Amino acid sequence: MAKKLPKVDVVIVGVGWAGGIIASELTKAGLNCVGLERGKERKTEDYYMVHDELRYARRYEMFQDLSKETITFRPNEKIRALPMRSYGSFLLGDGLGGAGVHWNGMTFRFLPYDFEIRSKTIERYGKNKIPAGMTVQDWGITYDELEPYFDKFEKMTGLSGEVNPLGGKRSSDYPTPPMKVSPVMKLFLDASKKLNYHPFVMPSANLSTDYTNPDGIERAACQYCGYCERFGCEYGAKADPVVTVIPVAKNTGKFEIRTHSNVRRILHKDNKATGVMYIDMTTGEEIEQPADIVVVTSYVFSNVKLLLTSKIGKPYDPATGKGVVGKNYAYQVEAAAAVGFFESKEFNLYSGAGSMGVTIDDFNGDNFDHSNYEFIHGASISYSQSGNRPIANNTVPPDTPGWGQAFKSSSLKYYNRNVSVWAEGSCMPYQHHFLDLDTTYKDSFGDPLVRITFDFEERDKHMVKFMGDKCGEVLKGMGADQVVVYNEQGPYEITNYQSTHNTGGVIMGASPDTSAVNSYLQMWDMENLFVVGASAFAHNSGYNPTGTVGALAYRAADGILKYSKSGGSLV
Amino acid sequence: MSNSTSDQSDRKEQAPASSSRRNFLKGTGLAVGGLIVGGVAGNLIRPSTKNEPSPSAPSSPEVAEPVAVNYNQALMYFSQEQFKIVEAATERIFPKDDQGPGAQELGVAYFIDHQLAGQWGTNGREYMSGPFFAGETTQGYQGHLRRREIFDIALREMQNYSNEKYKKDFPKLTPEEQDAVLKAFESDEVKLTTISASGFLRTLITSTMEGVYADPLYGGNTSMDGWKMKNYPGTQMSYTDIIEKPEFVKIQPASLRDHMAQ
Repeated sequence: MAKKLPKVDVVIVGVGWAGGIIASELTKAGLNCVGLERGKERKTEDYYMVHDELRYARRYEMFQDLSKETITFRPNEKIRALPMRSYGSFLLGDGLGGAGVHWNGMTFRFLPYDFEIRSKTIERYGKNKIPAGMTVQDWGITYDELEPYFDKFEKMTGLSGEVNPLGGKRSSDYPTPPMKVSPVMKLFLDASKKLNYHPFVMPSANLSTDYTNPDGIERAACQYCGYCERFGCEYGAKADPVVTVIPVAKNTGKFEIRTHSNVRRILHKDNKATGVMYIDMTTGEEIEQPADIVVVTSYVFSNVKLLLTSKIGKPYDPATGKGVVGKNYAYQVEAAAAVGFFESKEFNLYSGAGSMGVTIDDFNGDNFDHSNYEFIHGASISYSQSGNRPIANNTVPPDTPGWGQAFKSSSLKYYNRNVSVWAEGSCMPYQHHFLDLDTTYKDSFGDPLVRITFDFEERDKHMVKFMGDKCGEVLKGMGADQVVVYNEQGPYEITNYQSTHNTGGVIMGASPDTSAVNSYLQMWDMENLFVVGASAFAHNSGYNPTGTVGALAYRAADGILKYSKSGGSLV
Repeated sequence: MSNSTSDQSDRKEQAPASSSRRNFLKGTGLAVGGLIVGGVAGNLIRPSTKNEPSPSAPSSPEVAEPVAVNYNQALMYFSQEQFKIVEAATERIFPKDDQGPGAQELGVAYFIDHQLAGQWGTNGREYMSGPFFAGETTQGYQGHLRRREIFDIALREMQNYSNEKYKKDFPKLTPEEQDAVLKAFESDEVKLTTISASGFLRTLITSTMEGVYADPLYGGNTSMDGWKMKNYPGTQMSYTDIIEKPEFVKIQPASLRDHMAQ
């Protein structure tokens, strides 16, 4: 028999960016919140030994323990799904702050085109531009409606950057100036300007200067130490939930965080959530936490899993395209890139910051005419100097052997002389790409693992060819002596790291027939349940997703506050 | 100011203190090291009487400067035989040359041994529950063998293949012969019943890079020489002053040992 605790106003499942933002906004407004976090507590003081590439980047110190839970993957329904036994393609967050702790801090706003992608594509190119099986749909919200929430997220994190000349309208400038510009960034800026593109210094959540945010949180400037992605920040300079929204929520006295608390079920009765059931991982005890409102803010896979195992919402059926939970799983198309080798220049590439970079958006969204191309949408193209770490970075020209004297020599020589320009490619949803529950493999509780059915499509191959060539063009303009262009998209592999930008499964939209949540991320089928995160994305754009996740979380917080006062459906 | 800023100043204050502690430790090491000059593992087993002062001889200033003993250089998992194969193979992957030491001097085989002894060796944080099925390449490793077992099998075969082909153990082969054996693994000419020979070689190459470039606390990258060859400064707290500089800035590397609080 589960131990039953006293009821609270709101229970939040997972305390990362989404959970932290929701907690700070709701507690400031006076609601009592409990945050259940399956992992451990984290704090800045944990990172005295963080400059350890082996422990953090190679042995995955901060990530979910896959021996307890992973996902399964198959490229299509004809192939048996098998577990992701070790890390590769993406890295699952764990612990307080979630993946918001070990990100790079690249923080974009999705384009106005993204939120109305179906309407705008048809408007410009006609219905036939969207191929059969590609299930792109509008998000049930416009960029303009979301703009105030982007603004809020940027001010909370202290985002720095230059305004993207091809982006959506902004109500205010970035709260902090752009990051420093390194010599290689300068080469990118000059080369892309010469090609008549519109470069800008990448928006960054690694603070460019000391900053006090509207909540009164003070943080120090980034030191460009080169340890962001896969690491926590020992300065608190990189915006993460632990140094921004979580302390704000805690200071209200209305936020109780319970770590080592792994939620297994959302409890519900008569189409109302009544609370959650979780396991205290330190004792193994089953605990019931009743609440008036349940907010699910875990990662994409866990959001989907909790709904399916709790039997909430109509599961998606790929045969008919009907049902919503698990629909429109998407990823990031990362194959397009170019690597340049410089013979006579050696750069300080060991230094950098996760989102210290430069970007062009000339080939993103619908910023260019797609009439003659066999793909919609596109990619941002960037160079970023995030700090070359020595185990991971042994980039050598293609004719070099993979080991031995020649390899040693070449890898030492080019360590500070190789530069990558890469495309962050959008990913479109298809009827046959989805998430559901695996029928064979289980987690350590005996619950089924989430199963991914996904592969890259013809559209991705066309886009990668186009973008890879553009990357090469920029890099040649930067003066590299040898440029190697990557412009072929192979099959999706779970083994090679590409991106932790998994999206969809609990998508937002204008109708309960085609989406799981409305524009406040309120479940259509259960009004006191909100599901927040990149799981709400109806497709993935040509950017890192966190800026848009943050904006949606602020929007959801507004919705939850409205709901707590008046109840009912918010739209 | 915020916590993070005080963190930063703490660390600045910490540097001199920790380096004096390092000197203290080094001093202690010298005294201990004096007792077993030249006392690396091989000499302990087969003591050489040639160049060593006899235990009773009074120590004189002319005796080669004693080196601090690295107690980390002993085996946690490998047998001596396995260790020697790994030492020889990784040296071919990352050989000594005029740019600096190779894998052997950098302690890479000790690094791999120590890693295999821990959870990496037992795939402790990986999903190892059944059922096991062969999958598509794109689905990743699906075997039930753990890294330790894979090393056991592959190193046994490396020895067998060397004996079959050259009538000698792998460590006794010429560098050219050793390269030929590694290439036979790389091309899957060597057949192993349960694992892929090329897959093992890839793991060995990756582990070699880890041993060359991981912080020296793990037993490889001796004296940070891996970093020095690569012009990698190790752990530095700030590059704010150099990030915009057009010229290359060479910095003496520092390791995590400098981050120890008193």
